[in-house]
Amino acid sequence: MIRARVREVRIGVTAVFPEDQVGMLHLWRNWLEDRLRRPVAFVTRSSYREIVDMVRAGQIDFAWICGYPYVRYQRELRLVAAPLWQGRPLYRSYIIVASDDARSSLLDLEGRVFAYSDPDSNSGYLYPRHALISAARDPDAFFRRSFFTWAHRQVVRAVAEGVAQGGAVDGYVYELVATLEPKLVARTRVIQRSPWFGHPPVVARHDISAEEFRAFFQALAMMSSDEQGRSLLRAMQLDGFVHAEQSLYSQIAEMMRADAAFRSSRRLAKS
Amino acid sequence: MKPNLRPLGGLSLRYKIPLRVTALVVLVAVAVTVAIVARQAQQTREDLDAYSVSLARALANTMRSYLRHDDVWRAYEIVVAAAADAGAPSVSATPVIVTDAEGRVFVSSRPREFPVGARLADLGPDFAAFAGTRGSDGAERTVAAAGDRLFYAAPVVVDGVRIGEVVLIASTAALWPRYMEIVRQATIVTVLTLLILLPASWFWARRTAVPLIALAGAMSKVPAKLDDIGTEALPDTGDEIGHLTRAFRDMLQELKRKRELEERVIASERLAAIGRLAAGMAHEINNPLGGMLNAISTYRRHGGGDDLALRTLALLERGLTQIRGLVGALLVETRDSDRPIGPEDIGDVLLLVAPEIERKGGHLVRHVMLDVPRPLPARQVRQVLLNLLLNAAHAIERGGCVRVEVAERNDFLAIRVQNDGRHISEDKLQYLFEPFALAGAEGSGLGLWIVYQIVQQLRGDLTVESRPGLTLFAVDLPLSAATERPRSKDERSPAVVSD
Repeated sequence: MIRARVREVRIGVTAVFPEDQVGMLHLWRNWLEDRLRRPVAFVTRSSYREIVDMVRAGQIDFAWICGYPYVRYQRELRLVAAPLWQGRPLYRSYIIVASDDARSSLLDLEGRVFAYSDPDSNSGYLYPRHALISAARDPDAFFRRSFFTWAHRQVVRAVAEGVAQGGAVDGYVYELVATLEPKLVARTRVIQRSPWFGHPPVVARHDISAEEFRAFFQALAMMSSDEQGRSLLRAMQLDGFVHAEQSLYSQIAEMMRADAAFRSSRRLAKS
Repeated sequence: MKPNLRPLGGLSLRYKIPLRVTALVVLVAVAVTVAIVARQAQQTREDLDAYSVSLARALANTMRSYLRHDDVWRAYEIVVAAAADAGAPSVSATPVIVTDAEGRVFVSSRPREFPVGARLADLGPDFAAFAGTRGSDGAERTVAAAGDRLFYAAPVVVDGVRIGEVVLIASTAALWPRYMEIVRQATIVTVLTLLILLPASWFWARRTAVPLIALAGAMSKVPAKLDDIGTEALPDTGDEIGHLTRAFRDMLQELKRKRELEERVIASERLAAIGRLAAGMAHEINNPLGGMLNAISTYRRHGGGDDLALRTLALLERGLTQIRGLVGALLVETRDSDRPIGPEDIGDVLLLVAPEIERKGGHLVRHVMLDVPRPLPARQVRQVLLNLLLNAAHAIERGGCVRVEVAERNDFLAIRVQNDGRHISEDKLQYLFEPFALAGAEGSGLGLWIVYQIVQQLRGDLTVESRPGLTLFAVDLPLSAATERPRSKDERSPAVVSD
């Protein structure tokens, strides 16, 4: 009867983690329920924006989102932790083409069809745009056509199946999918890797109680110190979750500002 | 024999009817198969058209929001799912292409083949032809054929504005495996049907042919081997073949009767010729014979002469008298002055013959039903009865039986003499009534000849039937001229029956 009155912890998950891994999320939820001694519910939506809006509005308590929306809305969110991938809380963006495609860089894809993952993704949208702007190209005119697949895994599919000739994808998700669906990933090839960025963080709504914040952070931080947690981390190909500072995402914030500047300069040029 | 120009003309019905029935069955089966295949092929095409048009319309509805929101990926997932739809007919229209308002590929289920952003009309001559079928009059075409492709199109319309089009493409070549599958299935069914029908039809056709063949086989024996023809095995059905069989049987009986008649005529003519010859010779012999006997008699009466001459004359007289007896026997004559035959005459004859039979330990069974004299010459009827009874007495084995019957029946005097002794062989029956026919056997060889002559002279009827264990002579003599059997002259010959 006491448990029934205890409110569940609602955690949003975006495509920074392959959202179709329902079984893995289920195990993670069970593990978290054990740690937190509270019911846990994972919430998934079809785009980053919906999850980000929900955590900003306080409809969910925590969310695993991309660094890009975090830096954009950091005043409305509280940074909880960043995952450790290959020993560091960092990841990078991959530009991929079909495995039988001879192109070797993003700039070779001019006039082609390009697949972005999500307009709120750093690796799948902000970085490739920034790379084009840096190379003095207009990212909105460079490709003949571009579209969003709303998930990193689907970018891999779009490129593998030929809907797009190139795509931008989260390097961590790409490597994870490579072990889960090697046949799919084998039909693609990485032609460009971005510099290292802060790995998509776990954030909390800004009005989260100190007690809940601490409990959830400790649960994540303790994952690597128990057998079940390590087994989960192995499946997720992560080494653990660590405390993260805002500064980890400064490069993303830099690119965001550059992109905004480009947009406003173009608006001025038009008018 | 004229040359046979028809290929099957010379073939037996045994094969011809089954072959024709088989050909007909095969023809019908093939025709039915072709009709089924044609219908199935048409149905396949109709199913494809109906399914594809409805799928195109449904997709066009779904595509409205994706086209407006420029959401290539979600549109792609929909068209891929639609193209792989398990509920589709065996041949479905794929790929699926969605174009935008300018006729460029918005998305397709086969992006490598039909890339995003390409102009539909640039994808190939068939596509150019299809693109050319629209727009001239502004009307939308739902189904169009160009080259070896079938196009199914549905416009994507939002608020009256055409913002794109869903195009499904089927290859007519893709229909062929389906058609071949239909043909294969229909062929299997046809072959199975034929496997059941052919033996049955062959069997029934053979059943139709067999009576005709039997009839033809029987007819081929006419007229040479009439006795070899067994009519029992011939079909006795109610149909035309049955009529034919009955007509054939009638014809066969008529032929046998005719042959019998001819044989009797020949026998009769031969006996008549012998009779004429015997009568003529007897007449020619009797004249000088009478003169010679008179001369011997006259010589004796006048006496004289030596002993040797008298002995020689006696020898001559005995020889001449024997010749006269023999000639008299050959020349059987009726004497009108004879008295009518009565029961006592029959009794006399039986009395005469009885010792002959008893001598062999046999017995005589008599059925005499004659109470009053009848108007037939007594001497000759006695002669007939005596000869027949003596023959019978000779024929029986020790302890055998002779049966005699004399009765008046329908104005005929019927005489039946039967014995259970040695029967008369068939070759002897042919010449039974000719003089000296049984030469070498006991008796004079003239007994039956005399019987025949007498029966002839009395206009009666004589038949003999002989088989192992039974020999029967039957004599029917008319008691008045009115009851004489109305027979032609040819028929006056003894009927001979043998088994």
